[in-house]
Amino acid sequence: MQMQTLKFVKKTAPPWSIGEVAAPAGTVYRISSDWSRQDTWGMIKSRISGFRMSYTVAPGLYAVGEPTADSDVLVTANYKLTFDIVRRALKGLNAWLLVLDTKSINVWCAAGKGTFGTDELVNRIAAVKLDAVVSHRRLILPQLGAVGVNAAAVQKKTGFRISFGPVEARDITAYIQAGYKKTKDMATMRFPMLDRLILTPMEINPAMKKFPWIAGGILLVFGLQPSGILFSEAWANGLPFLALALVSVLAGALITPALLPFVPSRSFAIKGWIVGVCCLYLSTLYIGVQHPLLLAAAYLLFPALSSYIALQFTGATTFTGMSGVKKELRIGVPLYFTAAGVSLVLVVLFKIREWGLI
Amino acid sequence: MKYLADVTTLQYASDKCTECGRCVEVCPRGVFEMRDKRAAVTDKDKCMECGACGLNCEFGAIYVNAGVGCAAAIINSMITGGPPTCGCDSTAASCCG
Repeated sequence: MQMQTLKFVKKTAPPWSIGEVAAPAGTVYRISSDWSRQDTWGMIKSRISGFRMSYTVAPGLYAVGEPTADSDVLVTANYKLTFDIVRRALKGLNAWLLVLDTKSINVWCAAGKGTFGTDELVNRIAAVKLDAVVSHRRLILPQLGAVGVNAAAVQKKTGFRISFGPVEARDITAYIQAGYKKTKDMATMRFPMLDRLILTPMEINPAMKKFPWIAGGILLVFGLQPSGILFSEAWANGLPFLALALVSVLAGALITPALLPFVPSRSFAIKGWIVGVCCLYLSTLYIGVQHPLLLAAAYLLFPALSSYIALQFTGATTFTGMSGVKKELRIGVPLYFTAAGVSLVLVVLFKIREWGLI
Repeated sequence: MKYLADVTTLQYASDKCTECGRCVEVCPRGVFEMRDKRAAVTDKDKCMECGACGLNCEFGAIYVNAGVGCAAAIINSMITGGPPTCGCDSTAASCCG
């Protein structure tokens, strides 16, 4: 019964479509190159939250402008933000856009995972009957897709020859106009401050989710008395530590990424540690940590925390490799545990003195 | 910006190079350039082991142990024993912005 009803319901066109174009495997949507307020809001949400995991468009073929059998075929991912950036960059062109099912992940990460990959591309070419859509056998892929797509294998299986275009969608028009040639600039990944800052909310959010645990631990340690847990004690000594912990999180998740090229050392762990020490010093000018034992504990613990969080940013950069991160972790993780352990011992010593046990 | 020196697993055998230029086309870090009808490595330390060159060299001239340079992914793989991949489907890992 339900099947029958569904049959007569007309598929509602997505808001970014501006009509339909007949193609061999059924009609395809013609897409607008302009962003609506909804698109901008979607971009903001996907930059700061888990919303991006479900921000998606249907894989398949789309038309840009008035494409013919001779028009270029560009390939992209089905993460809606990627799709939006690409369609905006294609303004004024007549082309076909083939969207792969990357599970709503951007090209770079999906290629690393293999979902923007050889098999998906080969299958998608067959599913949309691309050999009947265009008379030529050329495909333009984003350069970063090369991590997952073996161009020779695709050509062997489908006959389509792949050109890897520019890294950034905004260079597509210039690349096509130059006769499918890219400058060195178009082929290189940059990582300017704005790009780094855009990525920091996704560093701060997960770190802040763990913050209540850090806070709870600090207050527990400081509140602990021979007679039980005293909240006044927890606040008096614990509060400065809480504030310093917050500063350390921001030093690692926000300030280190923002100042990345200006902080000495190539190691992210050392970069984070340096920024952590500087931020800690500046903070202690305003937040009093009275006892030398506590101050020593703070200097051991908090820069290590900043360092660990800064190391997480390796996942967002455009120039860190697996072997390097492994090396940093191999050296760093034992040091982090040592620093945390020793600073705990110092705080316990402070507590013992406070209780007048020695 | 460059990451740690002397850590990349990139290996290149220039005698197998056929001058197709694919490696220059795919490397987002400018590690390769064409020099005297052969691809040549400009600066190994720029390599981030993404693996695009190794996958796309038809002639087996390039080897790289590809993987993500992402601390969260590598810690995960140490715990689970699997290969380090972006944990995009679990709790907000930073790799997939």
